[in-house]
Amino acid sequence: MINKVVAHADEAIRDIPDNATLMLGGFGLSGIPENCIQALLRKGISGLTCISNNAGVDDFGIGLLLKTRQVKKMISSYVGENAEFERQLLSGELEVDLIPQGTLAERIRAGGAGIPAFFTPAGYGTEVAEGKEVREFHGKMYLMEHWLRADFSLVKAWKGDTAGNLVYRGTSQNFNPMMAAAGKITIAEVEELVPLGELDPNQIHTPGIYVQRIFEGENYEKRIEQKTIR
Amino acid sequence: MLDKNGIAKRIAKEVKDGMYINLGIGIPTLVANYIPANLNVVLQSENGLLGIGPFPTEDNIDPDLINAGKQTITMMPGSALFSSAESFGMIRGGHVHLTILGAMEVSENGDIANWKVPGKMVKGMGGAMDLVASANNIIVAMQHCSKDGASKLLPDCTLPITGIKCVKKIVTDMAVLDVLPEGGFKLLERAPGVSVEQIKNATAGKLVIEGDIPEMLI
Repeated sequence: MINKVVAHADEAIRDIPDNATLMLGGFGLSGIPENCIQALLRKGISGLTCISNNAGVDDFGIGLLLKTRQVKKMISSYVGENAEFERQLLSGELEVDLIPQGTLAERIRAGGAGIPAFFTPAGYGTEVAEGKEVREFHGKMYLMEHWLRADFSLVKAWKGDTAGNLVYRGTSQNFNPMMAAAGKITIAEVEELVPLGELDPNQIHTPGIYVQRIFEGENYEKRIEQKTIR
Repeated sequence: MLDKNGIAKRIAKEVKDGMYINLGIGIPTLVANYIPANLNVVLQSENGLLGIGPFPTEDNIDPDLINAGKQTITMMPGSALFSSAESFGMIRGGHVHLTILGAMEVSENGDIANWKVPGKMVKGMGGAMDLVASANNIIVAMQHCSKDGASKLLPDCTLPITGIKCVKKIVTDMAVLDVLPEGGFKLLERAPGVSVEQIKNATAGKLVIEGDIPEMLI
């Protein structure tokens, strides 16, 4: 098996240049690549286009990269409560592309699976449809949407092995598997890096073929956005 | 007039045994509290879960287990976890039986607006456009009028729309209404203490009233 292990986040992201297009896994703050985001902050590269369902909060997740003005453009479905994001958007410092969540997920899936475009009903008749090809199938109207691909995908899994096979936990799976397949170079950070043979091949979510670099992350905060109890 | 829990309670009566259901954020989330215990239903969370359980207690909070509103949750026995692409595949593929969501406006032909107010901060549509474009059955939960008293049941939506001709039923603080295929809001039930006249005055779109309109049982 090919060994894909790197020592830490800084080594994993060493060659991400200014103006790169990145995919970052996660839904809200769940399943985000915390270690890679910290390393991007340390490296200080800028002009990034970030494809991510959300934009973090003011002081966590992608919100940290917004604060340091490292992001040029966000491609997301919901950008939530983020004051710095709002300021940069209204002042024109930040570009934003808002995409229906299912369309975003499928565009990323299509990118990884080699499907350049597909038709979906989401957004037909709304401003999302502006400038897009519309076609009728079986009496219903659909929009043509294109794949999304990235220079680097930064994903987070629960467990991974040295060959890059990944297993996610709970709802922190979300966008991570599709992003892993849609990145030219995919960097996986995992809570637990295990030797070959330890993960059950029946239970692998992301096969290692999609992953170029893997490392065991540290100090996971796993911040909760909306703590709700009974 | 119904309060938010009253609206949720009335919508829960639309739930049938064996349904897979997606509940939106706000009043729709409250519907889960009123689904009768003898019905077997499965709640879908579009971030990748079938089988949403109750909110956790303080000592079993899990940051890897949240709903689409980013609230901490638990899983029912027999749950399934999956990716966002799989999740929207089951939504787009028409496998979810019932979608309940909030709205800012609904038009008499079933258009819904619930994602954007021009001139204000735009947060995004999240999964709403995918849900309304593909759902078999959509029930809207909302107040009949906005805070300044303007009707939210209109001839045409004034806000940017989320989807066209998709809403089937509306439950408000004042009434239960069906959206007719040929256009118009058909009044089915009145909220306790609310008159047909009051509902007429609060509905800007075409209102269809046939015979006596019963008071809703909740």
